[in-house]
Amino acid sequence: MNIHPCGDRALTVELGDRIDEGVNARVCKLAALISQTKLPGVQETVPTFRALLVLYDPGITSYPKLRRALTRLLAKCEHADAAGGRIFELPVLYNGPDLPDVAAHAGISESEVVARHSKPAYLIYMLGFLPGFAYLGGLDPSIVTPRLTTPRTKIPAGAVGIGGEQTGVYPLDSPGGWRLIGMTPVKPYDPGREEPILYRAGDRIRFIPVDQAVYDKIRAEVEAGTYRVRVTGGSV
Amino acid sequence: MRILNAGPLSTVQDLGRIGYQSMGFSPSGAMDERALVIGNLLVGNPRDCAAVEMTLSGMSVRFDYPAVIALTGADMNARLNGNVFPRYTAVYVNAGDALVCSTAKSGCRGYLCVAGGIDVPVVMGSRSTNLKCRLGGYEGRKLAAGDWLPYGAALKNTEGRAYHPDEVRDITELRVVLGPQDALFPKESIETLLRETYTVTPSSDRMGTRLEGPAIQAREKSDIISDGIAAGSIQIPASGMPIILTADRQTTGGYAKIATVISVDLAKLAQVRPGGRVCFTEVSVYKARHIYKAQQAEYRKLEKGIGWKYV
Repeated sequence: MNIHPCGDRALTVELGDRIDEGVNARVCKLAALISQTKLPGVQETVPTFRALLVLYDPGITSYPKLRRALTRLLAKCEHADAAGGRIFELPVLYNGPDLPDVAAHAGISESEVVARHSKPAYLIYMLGFLPGFAYLGGLDPSIVTPRLTTPRTKIPAGAVGIGGEQTGVYPLDSPGGWRLIGMTPVKPYDPGREEPILYRAGDRIRFIPVDQAVYDKIRAEVEAGTYRVRVTGGSV
Repeated sequence: MRILNAGPLSTVQDLGRIGYQSMGFSPSGAMDERALVIGNLLVGNPRDCAAVEMTLSGMSVRFDYPAVIALTGADMNARLNGNVFPRYTAVYVNAGDALVCSTAKSGCRGYLCVAGGIDVPVVMGSRSTNLKCRLGGYEGRKLAAGDWLPYGAALKNTEGRAYHPDEVRDITELRVVLGPQDALFPKESIETLLRETYTVTPSSDRMGTRLEGPAIQAREKSDIISDGIAAGSIQIPASGMPIILTADRQTTGGYAKIATVISVDLAKLAQVRPGGRVCFTEVSVYKARHIYKAQQAEYRKLEKGIGWKYV
């Protein structure tokens, strides 16, 4: 464990040097403990793959004081469990323009790509890049597909894609180079919602294949504000 | 107030949106926090009221109601009904008065503060404009001619209150705390950063200030496993040209961060325009906190009415 200053209003706690579920679970546990214990002067934390950024008010606390407090909390993060997060079930219509390419690259059928993509409960290592953009771990190695050589200039919010060893959902209309394999009718980011982002680091996402009729029905419910994403687990 | 001419990039900003970086939202907020705070205190506002941040060239507005206003930050050659308008001074304006700002004579970002604050809706705890997410501020976008900005009721009349503008120098000295990833750089690279002078390039924006100068090389490679980015982080991409990340930064990134500009000096950086030069000096976290606390103490004095000039 290493703690380093990031100027006078932030510090970073590094809990490992690799992308690993156990390391990330400790990062998320530390973030949860900081928020539960309401450490004086801490304004917010940003959990990432293997480090936690802690933003603070140096008028209230100081780097050495916070360092000591965090070292104490770290002792309680030893046995953090990566399987403890909530699981969000996102319905997906697997009709993306690049699904045939992904299937061809893997040498399997499109339905087999769908089966392999919708099997894991992907861990959300962190959110970043765009609001609500989840960095997911656990993509089946057989469907790893390189990014497009020329990125698309506009990918619609809700698009589900594969980019190298990563997979995920675009939360906003945005340019991007991932291979698009489907669409979810759910909005991971909705500025009008009380929790504008559905999930947080440490949670998991499972993609549930749906057909066009179910997609349209859910989409209508999402627009009407009546749809509830199915969430299971959540012992943390 | 009615916007007659918005200038190239004018946005509503306060001290930023705190608490959403873990979800991927940049904090946004004023690039020059000090100019915003001093402007707010000049007109008798709390420090964090929203104001308009203007970039390189200012806007023109007409006031629909009487107000006490102050212009801080860059010198934008302002005129009120054709007469020279003083900077860093609380001035009473009448309904129908027109304030015209033009190209900045010095500095980069000017702030128009109004007693009562710019009263756009609070979104996720802040009135700051997040341009990328089209969130907060005035309809989530930069201001345009014809827009109408409401302002709140003044708490008190501070007309005549004045403050000395901060000096703009040829080379802006930025104090840094080394880290978080200075260990990835050889000693010579850190010496280069602390010895040389860097020029701000035109591709700089509210997200980051891109610098040009002697390249900084990492020991092996400058890619790291993506982690969180604090304001003022100096990241070093493969090109070796430093980028200082500011208000609209991405919340996470995968370039090593050699050092971090201290919070007080981000205000100075905000006033360096493209072509301007900066240099870096190392300070300890302890010293940086001392500098921060000294500034806070000055704000508290000003809030009590101590330290103002009067015109």
